[in-house]
Amino acid sequence: MNKIDAQHVNFFYGDFQALKDISMAIEEKAVVAFIGPSGCGKSTFLRLFNRMNDLIPGARLEGKIQIDGVNIYDKSVQVDELRKNVGMVFQRPNPFPKSIFENVAYGLRVNGVKDNEFIRHRVEETLKGAALWDEVKNKLKESAFALSGGQQQRLCIARAMAVSPSVLLMDEPASALDPISTAKVEELIHELKKEYTIVIVTHNMQQAARVSDKTAFFYMGSMVEYDDTKKIFTNPSKEATQNYITGRFG
Amino acid sequence: MEDNIFNARQGVRKRRSQWIAFGVFKLLSYSIVLILFCILGFIIYKGIGVINWKFLTSPPSDGMTGGGIWPAIVGTFYLMIGSALFAFPVGVMSGIYMNEYAPKGKLVRFIRVMTNNLSGIPSIVFGLFGMALFVKYLGFGDSILAGSLTLGLLCVPLVIRTTEEALKAIPDSYREGSLALGATKLQTIRYVILPMGMPNIITGLILAMGRVSGETAPILFTCAAYFLPQLPHSILDQCMALPYHLYVISTSGTDMESQLPIAYGTALVLILIILVVNLLANGLRRYFSNKLKTN
Repeated sequence: MNKIDAQHVNFFYGDFQALKDISMAIEEKAVVAFIGPSGCGKSTFLRLFNRMNDLIPGARLEGKIQIDGVNIYDKSVQVDELRKNVGMVFQRPNPFPKSIFENVAYGLRVNGVKDNEFIRHRVEETLKGAALWDEVKNKLKESAFALSGGQQQRLCIARAMAVSPSVLLMDEPASALDPISTAKVEELIHELKKEYTIVIVTHNMQQAARVSDKTAFFYMGSMVEYDDTKKIFTNPSKEATQNYITGRFG
Repeated sequence: MEDNIFNARQGVRKRRSQWIAFGVFKLLSYSIVLILFCILGFIIYKGIGVINWKFLTSPPSDGMTGGGIWPAIVGTFYLMIGSALFAFPVGVMSGIYMNEYAPKGKLVRFIRVMTNNLSGIPSIVFGLFGMALFVKYLGFGDSILAGSLTLGLLCVPLVIRTTEEALKAIPDSYREGSLALGATKLQTIRYVILPMGMPNIITGLILAMGRVSGETAPILFTCAAYFLPQLPHSILDQCMALPYHLYVISTSGTDMESQLPIAYGTALVLILIILVVNLLANGLRRYFSNKLKTN
């Protein structure tokens, strides 16, 4: 069974149709990259997987999105439970104005974990998982704002991992970072795919080529092509894809 | 010359009008500061003479022509605290609703317009309303409770607005970050948004308290006593208050000669309290934002 299965998804902001009849299946523990020019709908599509677009007034969805075989837009689905299972990392690092420790512990606390020993253990584990532990282990009580942008982003990844999701959504996670921090985040994605299904939106095509198993090219709200990353970047079947990856537009 | 369409004299003229305009703007803005200093200087000059420990800690005596203003100071603090206890929860919760929960649209706009209208109502009208509702209908009588509630109503719009502004200034990325971890909206507000907005909310509340401490009309019919030899024992007692005391001793009495210095002394104490309250607001704001950084 596919991890994520989207069928005939149409999405509207008011009268504007942002996504047009998109169907896509994502396998368990795959890394899928969404590429395409700004405004093509890739971020909008990503944010449907954890129902982040619910927050936008006047937004409307048609079609079906299933995760683990469950339609996540069904009335019986609790949106906070869904978001616990489908973590998200944003374009700009957005740590809370709390200590490094409390940032990672936050997700556990709001989900009702009271056992401090467990929380301590989990915070250490996820910070190690996000390759940040060695840099912060001596200053866990300090403000997360004191970290560099790249460290903040890895903290946000650790924070998302702490509540044990099975899917990680990443919305241009490296676009606000310098090249070295970007390399670290990419390295991390390679590690994470052993445990998580990862969907990553990126503007950087080399990045898509480096980290993903499959790539989807979006243009003007439609999914033009979705295939193995190798094929997309060497021998795409659509001309628009070819034009985009060779830099002729976008 | 053919190409000399840019008149040199025109250049001089436009620079001169710029110089004059800025000069006027500058003069006017400095004169505001000057006026403030004049008022402060005048009050200090007239009032500093009567201020001593005894003036601050004893009740009025000799038919208000002597003694101190202790009961009025205490009463003013009671009213500030009482109205804060009412205005803070009502104002902050309404502000949260308006900015975080209510669907953006007609309803919120309507509430906001009504809130602004409420703050535009003259304070004497609040006084009358407070008397009708709290003193008579609810039977609290002339009391600290009735006075605090009336003053609270007066400053609720201000607290709502500062709460709204404080929350609006917080980027949505923090809300999304919290919701994306499976937090509910309420948890997001409680653990992320409110702590971030608190410095500004507290500052707004304390500034509102400064305003409350100087109001006379709302407590005229609801709370203020002309003279009380002792401090109030419960929230259902009347109390004295500095602005009302100032009004009373400068408009009625038996011996203007000896009352006037007391009036200036009272004014000075009132101004100092407001000054201290404002400094406190700044201090708390700094404390909260430091705490935010490390906690």
